[in-house]
Amino acid sequence: MEPFRTLDGLVTLLDLPNVDTDQIIPKQFLKRIERTGFGQFLFYDWRFIDGTRPNPDFEMNADRYRGATILVTRANFGCGSSREHAPWALLDYGFRCLIAPSFADIFFNNCFKNGILPIRLSEDQVETLFERVRATPGYRLTIDLEKKTITSGDGLAYGFEVDEFRRLCLLNGLDDIGLTLQHEEKIRQYEASHTAA
Amino acid sequence: MTPKTMFEKIWQAHIVHEKPGQPSLIYIDRHLIHEVTSPQAFEGLRLAGRPVRRPELTFATMDHNVPTTDRSLPIEDATSAKQMDTLARNCKEFGITLFDLKSPDQGIVHVIGPELGLTLPGATLVCGDSHTSTHGAFGTLAFGIGTSEVEHVLATQCLLQERPKTFLIEVTGARPYGVEAKDIILSIIGRIGTEGGTGSVIEYAGDTIRGLSMEERMTVCNMSIEGGARAGMIAPDETTFAYLRGRPYAPTDFDAAVARWKTLPSDPSARVDRTLRIDARSLTPQVTWGTNPGQVVAIDARVPNPAEFGDPNARKSAERALDYMGLRGGTPITEISIDRVFIGSCTNSRIEDLRRVARFVKGRRVLSRVYAMVVPGSQRIKQKAEQEGLDRIFKDAGFDWRESGCSMCLGMNPDTLKPGERCASTSNRNFEGRQGKGGRTHLVSPLMAAAAAVEGHFVDVRQYDLKEG
Repeated sequence: MEPFRTLDGLVTLLDLPNVDTDQIIPKQFLKRIERTGFGQFLFYDWRFIDGTRPNPDFEMNADRYRGATILVTRANFGCGSSREHAPWALLDYGFRCLIAPSFADIFFNNCFKNGILPIRLSEDQVETLFERVRATPGYRLTIDLEKKTITSGDGLAYGFEVDEFRRLCLLNGLDDIGLTLQHEEKIRQYEASHTAA
Repeated sequence: MTPKTMFEKIWQAHIVHEKPGQPSLIYIDRHLIHEVTSPQAFEGLRLAGRPVRRPELTFATMDHNVPTTDRSLPIEDATSAKQMDTLARNCKEFGITLFDLKSPDQGIVHVIGPELGLTLPGATLVCGDSHTSTHGAFGTLAFGIGTSEVEHVLATQCLLQERPKTFLIEVTGARPYGVEAKDIILSIIGRIGTEGGTGSVIEYAGDTIRGLSMEERMTVCNMSIEGGARAGMIAPDETTFAYLRGRPYAPTDFDAAVARWKTLPSDPSARVDRTLRIDARSLTPQVTWGTNPGQVVAIDARVPNPAEFGDPNARKSAERALDYMGLRGGTPITEISIDRVFIGSCTNSRIEDLRRVARFVKGRRVLSRVYAMVVPGSQRIKQKAEQEGLDRIFKDAGFDWRESGCSMCLGMNPDTLKPGERCASTSNRNFEGRQGKGGRTHLVSPLMAAAAAVEGHFVDVRQYDLKEG
């Protein structure tokens, strides 16, 4: 997994609550057996009209947002299906950081396994970001995971909370399985003493 | 000793390693996999040169992609076929038991787990599928995981997990006529919202819940994820034990297992983080009107007007949902006409669901302009239904009778809605495009779906004589 330390990136917006993983990556694209190549299908039914032409009403499609690496969105982002294809699609499209008032549990977890940092901010802070991004073409944020800060050239400065263990894993790009296998002896002991249910 | 909830008892019994400030390493007793969320996990193992630690604890089936038409025909969709072949190859290479399309035990992963006795009280169970919450009906700590975690379980038989909060939902009182388990869970989601359970494990309790059959309990626990909770649980009792006795993978010393399982229910006065009490007598048959399962009302209500929502995001969400659904605020639910009916999915495709539908449609006809299908949850259910002659009743009434699989719940196989088609569905998600691009899904109970098939629009099932005939 690619480590995440600091990110200076262009910000784009998705102004809807309860965006489910079916919207992030529709089911017809779940048949691939690889982890890569999902970015082209991200938000497919919203981004495209008839699967071909970019939908001009989809905010993210505007030229000013091209190349964005940070997505600011509304509450309960990533609800529904556990499909990890959703973070794979977001990552493949270019996103490394997501900011919302809340995220669904499984999706939130899946992001960290793929080097994406999901940040929870208050509704008010998210609203402020929406306003500033819309008012300022080319609006960028700097995310510093070491210091747990979000800053911008216009003086905006927020702190954010992130679980310490997850932070260290992201900072160092650590593989969970490798970490767990360090406890091999404990797993063996558990297996020796545990009566199956 | 401090009183403990059922969740705490199971959690503590599965801790392999704990360190303050870190997620706990917990042991996984049972792992279920299917063709869609496992290929990349096996590929990860291969790339890292890792074996499957306990192949005998993982079981596989094919359900998401499978056609529900004649099994003797070749699979037309080459990419689906490839995904199924990949699962078969992976299971063979790593020594995992697979219930493939030819197996008499094939079916939806959350239907066959309980049916085969793979789902047991007090166990931890995971699957790369959000509806793994279904298995909590047995007093199992069961939750959905992503593909990276599937790989983690295959490699280590453990998972790193933060301890969730506990949320007790007590439903008490007599369930009114015409109100099904589906209506109970839809009402709960309507009250707590789609993120009301985020970060929590729900325990459903109270005499209404205890009075439910195992099939009904599975329907309730199944949709815990739609309320944002990763897991939903119901304490095991005599109903649970009776269901499990004699199942193929049930413990051989069953009585000893029952004695252990009897220690699982939450201790009286165990502390929980949140409680919600619901009077079952207030419950009504439910219909979703929007594009998330929290957008739900009673059958005798009207489609809400977006202006009624105080919160601007909820209002915007409602406006968008009504636009997608092609509905106007203020329309009585019973005036919404439907084109399709889907009876199936891990929520409502079990034998009791099919029996209830059959009892209702016997001697009635699906309205000629409506296309209605019944997709049994497993081959075992299909066979049982056919032994009981339910297939005959369905066909005589004008339903299409299919092979087992996830089918139109998510439309990964050819069973999909066309743009603009409106469906009364017994499944669990009414998201935009879920059942097919542009398709409009209303979530209902099997009985409500059956009545809609006959009338061509939503109808209050309480107006019928539903007694066993």
